[in-house]
Amino acid sequence: MLKIVEIDNLTVQYPDVKALDNVSFEVNQGDFLGIIGPNGAGKSTLFDAMLGLNTKYKGTIKFFGEDIRKSKNYLKEIGYVPQKPIFEKNFPVTVTDVVRMGLRNETDENKIDEVLQQLWMHELRNRIIGELSGGQQQRVFIAKALITNPKILILDEPVTGIDQQSIDLFYSILRELNSKQKITIIWSSHDLDAVNQLANHVACLNRTLFFHGESEKFFSNDELVKQYSEASMQEHMHHH
Amino acid sequence: MSLEILTFSFMHRALISGIAIAILCSVVGLFLVLRRYSLFGDAIAHSSFGGIALGLLAGVYPLWTAYGVSIASALIITKIKDRYNISGDASIAVLLSSGIAVGLVIIGLSGGFTIDIFSFLFGSILLISVDDTVLILALTGVILIVILILYRQILYSTFNEEQAKVSGIPVEKINYLIVFMAGITVVTSIQLVGVLLISALFVIPNVTAIMYGKGFKQTAIISMSFSIFSVVVGILLSYIFDITPAGTIVLLAISLLAGTMGIKSSGLLSKN
Repeated sequence: MLKIVEIDNLTVQYPDVKALDNVSFEVNQGDFLGIIGPNGAGKSTLFDAMLGLNTKYKGTIKFFGEDIRKSKNYLKEIGYVPQKPIFEKNFPVTVTDVVRMGLRNETDENKIDEVLQQLWMHELRNRIIGELSGGQQQRVFIAKALITNPKILILDEPVTGIDQQSIDLFYSILRELNSKQKITIIWSSHDLDAVNQLANHVACLNRTLFFHGESEKFFSNDELVKQYSEASMQEHMHHH
Repeated sequence: MSLEILTFSFMHRALISGIAIAILCSVVGLFLVLRRYSLFGDAIAHSSFGGIALGLLAGVYPLWTAYGVSIASALIITKIKDRYNISGDASIAVLLSSGIAVGLVIIGLSGGFTIDIFSFLFGSILLISVDDTVLILALTGVILIVILILYRQILYSTFNEEQAKVSGIPVEKINYLIVFMAGITVVTSIQLVGVLLISALFVIPNVTAIMYGKGFKQTAIISMSFSIFSVVVGILLSYIFDITPAGTIVLLAISLLAGTMGIKSSGLLSKN
């Protein structure tokens, strides 16, 4: 099995808190990895380090066997879908304009239509992005991420604030991308049920990694599920 | 009277430079407006006032010193803003007032040269020379070519910095490039509308165009058209009625904005 990502002893220290503490795990080609953990567990911190947005970490991160401190070439193989893409609501770009931003090469223009069709967004291609619903916007950002034929798709809690119907469609798209197009998916989520249904591997993160392995092993271990649920429940109560 | 004014060579120069500046300000301004940097043009213009005063004092052509001072202060303020985490609007306020302060002190030291300063404050497009026209056309051409080449990178980093970084775009360099181009654009445009009204050309046609809810290229084309219309009609009307071109141009741009608001609130402007 080809190792795509190798994370070794990753530690991120913020001034007041250790956001990640000695996190190590690997992702193999074709994996559908669900990263779960309560708010503040370090999921976004982990992604920032993996995407080269934060270089102040200890430990090593390798993509395709190469240390990301040495080369940024791995970014070409990554499609990234952020949690809630921030932009001005009246930003004058159409769906096509946004997807085009993902292109690295001007000659790939034909691909835009192809990807939009794949995501059932073709009819909305001339609409302004800010006019679309949260679910539609998220599909546009998936299209933008897919336009370069990435080997890995990284999604940071992509369904926050989206209606259930759009979430179901979104999940079926992810499943198809992983099973048919063999795209490796790394996805962080709050939704334990969705992770159970979609992911074949689970990483359970709360500053340290307290489980990483096949999702069946996680979900068949009542003790682990209970621990996770309690941790996130505490977090939930803490926030209210 | 009506067509005769089009035969004057000073009018040719004014219209050619005016159209070039209209296009330039509208394109560079669109990126500034979308970055919530609308007043940045104003701040650079005010800092160029210090540069102009310096040039007049030193006996150098004032626009050259204005280019130097404006570009330098725009880049420095951007650096300071990033380093010390000062908000965008506060950094603009600092830049704006320091330019004027430097200018006033220099004018005071030199005993005052009010007439020359006046033409820079309010523009003097009808007095533009052949050399200035050539310079304006050359700078407009260079900046537009740079923007066309880097169009996707500039748009992407304006839309969402973080995603642009992940896509391998050198976002910080692009940010400095935009600030640098804004500096050049402002000083180049001083002759048309003057220091005090420059941000009108950066902001008003773009705010108007964005209201039409179109894609990026169409928005840019609408903005450029409004900008060119305001400048050309403004220059002609100001000559015919013997009023100041800068004020006329800006008022025309504002009336296009008001008209667009009217159309929009009446529901005539449907999306798509």
